[in-house]
Amino acid sequence: MHQESLKMSLVSVEGLSVRYGANTVLRHVDMTIEPGEIVTIVGPNGSGKTSLLRAVIGATKPDAGRVIQKPGLKIGYVPQKLHIDPTLPITVERFMRLTNPVSRQRCMDALDSAGVPDLLKRQMSQLSGGQFQRVLLARALINQPDILLLDEATQGLDQRGSAAFYQQIETVRRETGCAILMISHELHVVMSASDRVICLNGHVCCEGSPAVVASAPEYRALFGTGTGGALALYQHHHDHHHDHGEDPKEAAE
Amino acid sequence: MLDDFMTRATLAGVGVAFAAAPLGCFVVWRRMAYFGDATAHAAILGVALSLTFQMSIFAGALAVALIMALTVTLLTGRGYAMDTLLGVLAHSALAFGLVAVSFLSGVRIDLMAYLFGDILAVSRADLVVIWGGASLVVALIAWRWSQLLTATLNEELAYASGFDPKREQLILTLSLAVTVAVAIKVVGVLLIAAMLIIPAAAARSLARSPESMALIAAAIGAFSAVAGLRSAYLFDTPAGPSIVCVAAILFACFSLIGWQSRPGA
Repeated sequence: MHQESLKMSLVSVEGLSVRYGANTVLRHVDMTIEPGEIVTIVGPNGSGKTSLLRAVIGATKPDAGRVIQKPGLKIGYVPQKLHIDPTLPITVERFMRLTNPVSRQRCMDALDSAGVPDLLKRQMSQLSGGQFQRVLLARALINQPDILLLDEATQGLDQRGSAAFYQQIETVRRETGCAILMISHELHVVMSASDRVICLNGHVCCEGSPAVVASAPEYRALFGTGTGGALALYQHHHDHHHDHGEDPKEAAE
Repeated sequence: MLDDFMTRATLAGVGVAFAAAPLGCFVVWRRMAYFGDATAHAAILGVALSLTFQMSIFAGALAVALIMALTVTLLTGRGYAMDTLLGVLAHSALAFGLVAVSFLSGVRIDLMAYLFGDILAVSRADLVVIWGGASLVVALIAWRWSQLLTATLNEELAYASGFDPKREQLILTLSLAVTVAVAIKVVGVLLIAAMLIIPAAAARSLARSPESMALIAAAIGAFSAVAGLRSAYLFDTPAGPSIVCVAAILFACFSLIGWQSRPGA
């Protein structure tokens, strides 16, 4: 894990355990993220996905183990849900430049490449769900991060919107070489867009390329055949497009 | 010039309005109104303790307000029902404070001064404390402005940008305690939350950015202080409540204007 710093992983998680009170949500999780790869975390509700992402950014203190960020690592983060209180007036431009000392031109370029030009002067509270997520993405990318973290970033988008969103992420990776670590419930997207899938249920159940994970018995045990089997989705996702919008999990967390 | 009690009162009111404006915006954005109430009500206990031990009212109120604010911050997010907990803390702190004051002989008459303020009795020394405290609060908030805003928007965004939102919360908590301590003399513990919330809320319908909201709130607060004192003088009404009344009227006017100019909203 510790090669010379040039080859160092962007993020290494070693033996991570996280506990909330008496409740252990993560046990001995090992994970590394290499430059330029797209890694997706899947798992049922309450499996510790968000806790793992929070631990990576330092928002959750590990109970055991550690998280090592490459020195000087720049993180772009797209939260699961960002609620802006209606009493807080803020324009898209102000929001994007809040903690990033960047020029207005950079903001406009970032919005352009996120597919939402002309939003600069709009109030955040006036954006539609899709525009809001794209602004969040543009904001996360504005500092040219080494790694982009997405926590169910397409929640609340319709299927077309989320497909476009993931396409955007692919483009980002291709153009900037930025690594991507995301949590997703949309198994068909995961299976077609990821280099590596980590199946989490308090611990790492199985891990590997989408095809490998989809056929792993641990994965089958978690997601069952009731979902139609993600492998089938993976292989047939072009002709069965209309079937796949369904979230295999029930209620939101 | 400072020999005139009206001048001193006006300066005191404007000083408190300046500190309360930016802080009040965060109280509104973060939905901490009850938190402000709890902290302010606890200050009466600090007043009682100060009178008992014959120390400065400012120091006593500051200490107890700070303890209260820290207690509430610590309990936040630990699974308690926040509004219930704050309701319990705010009112029991007030009740304990009132009972504690009653044990002291000879101060019963003064109680009104701490509950509703005694702005017309502001001394030069009080002015120094008020403007010193207000400057500290404004400087703290201006210094951490972007971080405070980011932490207000989303905790994880703050962590991902490399700073700890809990520390920003602590800065707001500290500012709140200082503001409460300096505002006791001006509006009293019962109306401090009003000075925080009403100007900020009134500024909302006019503002297009967080900064302009804080500035407009400061202007509204300062105007309320001046106009409130003026009308208290003219109509012989209590000064602190008159200031809050002016702010409330401004809130109503601006909200109506904002509501009319935003069709469908």
